Amino acid sequence: MKFRDLIELAWRNLREALLRNSLTTLGIAVGVASLVAMLSLGVGLQQMASQRLSSSGLFDAILVAPRGNLRGFARAAGSGPADAESDRPLDDEARQALDHLPNVVEVYPEIRFPTEIRYQGNPYSTIVAGVPASARTGGAYDGMTGSFFSGPDADEAILQIEFARELSRQPDSLLGNELVLRYAERQALPAESEAGASESTGSSAGDAEEDASTGFSVVPREEKLRIVGIVETEPAAGFGGIGRGRVLIPLQVAEKLRAAQTNDFRTMLGAAPGKTAYQSLTVRVKDPSQVKNVEDMIKPMGFATFSLFDATNNLRLVFVVFDLLLGIFGSLALVVASLGIINTLVMAILERRREIGVLKALGAADRDIRRLFFVEAGAMGLLGGVLGVCLGWLIGFGMNFGTNVYLRRQVLPAITVSSVPWWLVGAAIAFSIAVSLAAGLYPASRAAQLNPVEALRYE
Amino acid sequence: MILTNDGIAIRADHVSRHYQMGATLVRAVEDVTLEIPAGEFVALLGSSGSGKSTLLNLIAGLDRPTSGGIFAHERNLAEMNSEELARHRSHMIGIVFQAFNLLPRMTLEENVELPLRLAGVERSNRMGRVRDAIRHVRLETRLTHRPTELSGGEQQRAALARALVNRPAILLADEPTGNLDSATGDEIMLLLREINETLRMTIVMVTHERPRAERFAHRMILMKDGRLASNGGQP
Repeated sequence: MKFRDLIELAWRNLREALLRNSLTTLGIAVGVASLVAMLSLGVGLQQMASQRLSSSGLFDAILVAPRGNLRGFARAAGSGPADAESDRPLDDEARQALDHLPNVVEVYPEIRFPTEIRYQGNPYSTIVAGVPASARTGGAYDGMTGSFFSGPDADEAILQIEFARELSRQPDSLLGNELVLRYAERQALPAESEAGASESTGSSAGDAEEDASTGFSVVPREEKLRIVGIVETEPAAGFGGIGRGRVLIPLQVAEKLRAAQTNDFRTMLGAAPGKTAYQSLTVRVKDPSQVKNVEDMIKPMGFATFSLFDATNNLRLVFVVFDLLLGIFGSLALVVASLGIINTLVMAILERRREIGVLKALGAADRDIRRLFFVEAGAMGLLGGVLGVCLGWLIGFGMNFGTNVYLRRQVLPAITVSSVPWWLVGAAIAFSIAVSLAAGLYPASRAAQLNPVEALRYE
Repeated sequence: MILTNDGIAIRADHVSRHYQMGATLVRAVEDVTLEIPAGEFVALLGSSGSGKSTLLNLIAGLDRPTSGGIFAHERNLAEMNSEELARHRSHMIGIVFQAFNLLPRMTLEENVELPLRLAGVERSNRMGRVRDAIRHVRLETRLTHRPTELSGGEQQRAALARALVNRPAILLADEPTGNLDSATGDEIMLLLREINETLRMTIVMVTHERPRAERFAHRMILMKDGRLASNGGQP
């Protein structure tokens, strides 16, 4: 029998016992819906966690420091023998070398300093942080109010929402306004012997920069910045950047300001005369998957590195186990539904016993009868699967809606806890068909083995 | 009457069919040997339980003999696997039952089309053959009617059309007039004779109505207690 004829006969049979077959299909749909809802929750939470973590700038970044500074981290991360090369200074030369490594997007120091902001004549104490240009593509600024910096050296600022609320009850009204940054500029003191030579570096490194001078003085300065954006949560600009910067400015601008930072004394004492030294540099790579490769290239250069590569692997493992458990619980309903298919098809054999006998008398092979029951089971699986995916999506939609209603009441930003990706749609329908076919195995084989003579005698 | 001389359509060679019913061994067919030439219209007569329907099932390939051989156009059905037997039923045999056995949810046209679907005949070739078969039994005006909308005689004619549609060499009829009144039964018998004469189809009809068998069949084979009581004059 041709496949198209098989489909037509199966469809006709399914329509014949409409109520019973519909209820069976609904049972499968509920099973698939439970599976899809469970897995969509797992996928949604995983996506949310990944998105949050990647927007934190932690997972595509490597912290590079002289070995002495990161000895604890180096041991923990297995960075190799600490004394393979004597502590190499992290200076401009090293920064350039790191910048030229393949798959490296950007190399930058951490700049973060306490300062005073003046807005409409009122003073506010806060922390200013430099944001690298690459942070724009990290996703952290996707939902921001306003816009990202117009250029890497624009005199612009992005405010963290809590700080913006301190400045105005209507934070959105701050956009386009000017604020004044009052900060302490570091100025190198002339070196005792090589004052002239040391001043020529002209470097404006970040948190750990030091010139060839023997010390520095601080001079109060002001810088006008235009407010261009407001972010809900503060995106970090690399390691150590979580929860501290409330006014964000372009990194190049921050470097240019030469603002005095809390760890300047420590750096000054450790720096070699005539060299620019950094306490640490953040190396941002193209993709989190490149972190390990780039780390392996940096270590032989004589620096210690630290990344959250292992942490992300562990996180993935946790989510795989989580998804597996959710999938198992979700599948239980589908297993119960498969018993419904067996029951329906066994009942159909009893009801259609004589019909099976007639089909065999007219030339149907055992194989045809088997395939007919298989197609009926598969059709119920397909319909149940499609319906179940729609139901599961609706449940996920309900979960998202309910969660966000609650979060809105708590004045928290909206999140997506349930997500139904296309692969889940396909996999759920395929799984539904596979389970239905497996459930149809026994009835199909029983129907195929019916003795036609006995079947024709059946009343 | 036209009898063809192109060989033997059905040959039973010491065929037996026994089956167990509880502790008792039932010898439904016992050591039957017979030949039915192609194109012959044979009536299988006997009382209830004489084994005539069992023999018909063996010829149809719906059942297998316990011993002996049963041949349709010299192919031994006893040696065929279930797939080959299905093909034999599909291409070589047309069957008509006493209870008609039309599928109630299908129209007349769809019922007649069913053997063609099972035989894997291309869709484009089906409609012509279905209409031909239905024209043969003169039910052209009832194409879209379901079995419940047809009279007993019409249902049996529809079953005949279904049996003919695959152009089988052998038509088997199991008490085809058993559920019909006398006049309608005669109509069906006339139709069977017409099919036998015009299409030169071999017909084996199981019946317990001797007068009707005498009127329409070429030969009567009598069965009693599973054995051949009379071979209708053949050796």
